[in-house]
Amino acid sequence: MTADRIFTAVKVALALAFGMNIAGLLGWVERKQSAVMQDRIGANRASIFGLRLIGLFHPIADALKMMTKEDFVPKNANRLLHAAAPMIALGFGLLCLAALPFGGTVTVAGRLWSLQPIESSVGLLFVLAMLSLGVHGVVMAGYASGSNYGLLGGLRGAAQMISYEVCLASTLAAAAFLYGTLDLQQMVRWQGHSLGGWLPAWGIFLQPLGFVLFLTAGAAETKRAPFDVPEGESEIVGYHVEYSGMKFGMFLISDFIESIVIAGLIATIYLGGWQVPWVTTLDGISGGILMLISFTVKVLLVLFLLMQIRWTLPRFRFDQVLDLGWKNILPLALFNFLATVWAVYLWGGR
Amino acid sequence: MATRIATVQRPKRDLEVQIYLWEVWKGLGVTFRHLFVNMGRHVLRSLGLGRVPGAVTIQYPEDPAMLGRRARTRHRLLKRADGSPRCTACLLCETICPAKCIRITAEDSPDVMVEKRAKTFDIDIGMCVFCGYCVEACPVDAIHMDSNEVEICSYTRKDMIWNIQELLGDKKKTPSAHPAPTHAASAPPKP
Ligand code: SF4
Ligand code: SF4
Repeated sequence: MTADRIFTAVKVALALAFGMNIAGLLGWVERKQSAVMQDRIGANRASIFGLRLIGLFHPIADALKMMTKEDFVPKNANRLLHAAAPMIALGFGLLCLAALPFGGTVTVAGRLWSLQPIESSVGLLFVLAMLSLGVHGVVMAGYASGSNYGLLGGLRGAAQMISYEVCLASTLAAAAFLYGTLDLQQMVRWQGHSLGGWLPAWGIFLQPLGFVLFLTAGAAETKRAPFDVPEGESEIVGYHVEYSGMKFGMFLISDFIESIVIAGLIATIYLGGWQVPWVTTLDGISGGILMLISFTVKVLLVLFLLMQIRWTLPRFRFDQVLDLGWKNILPLALFNFLATVWAVYLWGGR
Repeated sequence: MATRIATVQRPKRDLEVQIYLWEVWKGLGVTFRHLFVNMGRHVLRSLGLGRVPGAVTIQYPEDPAMLGRRARTRHRLLKRADGSPRCTACLLCETICPAKCIRITAEDSPDVMVEKRAKTFDIDIGMCVFCGYCVEACPVDAIHMDSNEVEICSYTRKDMIWNIQELLGDKKKTPSAHPAPTHAASAPPKP
């Protein structure tokens, strides 16, 4: 019993470390990927003993800079909420990570080990709930700053994120109906069989519309371009105008963490999670490692795509964002749900 | 005169554009192409196989800045064949200078054919606006702005003044060391 608890705690800590490290890496990817696709070189000057490593030290330099900067709180800000907002935004994002199925179960030393940090039969609901709680960080930041620009940014953020959560949930409803479970682990297992003997039964092949809708709504949920109306750092300043130092850094990281959560959800629900295509039995230590690698590779690929989208598309206007969410994605998601229900009724889900 | 009318077609906004997803894919196609082509060039170059650079960036302090052939750079004074300065201290450049940054004092020249020459010739490059009027005004082609030197800087305003030997290239400009910052130095000067 105690051993189980310790193992769970270790898994959760590793999941958080996974998130934080990939978030740091994303800081580098963001710079380099945007630079290479724009025919530039990108940040490459940070060096340790003359060693530059194509700019890999920049995230470290960033962190040092954030930590040593002045932590400024405006005069008429609510100090408590001002300090709590970034922690809420980041903390709930990190909690989502702990519920993702990084791997299935493996038998090692005559014992069954589950590689999912938090095993829950309602994992999907848990992740969605934690994602929605993250909105509070944004609204709170805008409200507590005592600045009208911040408040407006927070309101934009709340409107956008709540709209797209509806889209997210209704898109996922179809997937959950198809798989017949809310347990993320069961969903991945369901995707283990193959269609017609050669095509892995991944969500992307069974729910192509759902995949596109979820990708769009997920990109909106992460508040990054083309949906960065809440921040709009280049001209319409956003909810974190009044933040500096590490608190601002926490908002930045929470954006990355949210991207990782969305990428993890896409990998889990639409890309077969830890399943390796055409490999049916994964067990033992090597199987476990293969699962982890498979999941990580899928997450990184989705993040790569999200990053490319972020640097390709210009920002939507605010009314366009809401139009897209309520008038296009939501009806399509409901249609997708009804179509899935009919298909499962007619051909029978497994 | 006949008026020329150009008809500009409004961009189409048909269903294909309105759906937007296809347009997104086209945009992603462009950026992915750039990404992979540049990535390939970077890799080939670092392996010593290709010569096409993957980026247009100039790594400035390490690689020299590329100046245009006609770029106006730091002034220099020219000499005659016998090595004496060409300047005849006519003060035309000092007069035309919009920034009033040239100071010349004249003296008799030992050469009777020249009559006058500059005793001192100071340009305060810190005030110069690099308009090039002085070059155009000079009747004897004594001053040029073609030293190809743009990295002109110093820790004090006084060091930005170049005198005649330095402009002629007879003496190398030796900037003074970084003065220790004192409170008095940063205070505004007394009127
Ligand atoms: S370039 Fe223009 S501003 Fe500079 S010294 Fe010549 S005339 Fe004066
Ligand atoms: S215009 Fe030419 S000759 Fe006359 S003072 Fe200036 S540099 Fe000398």
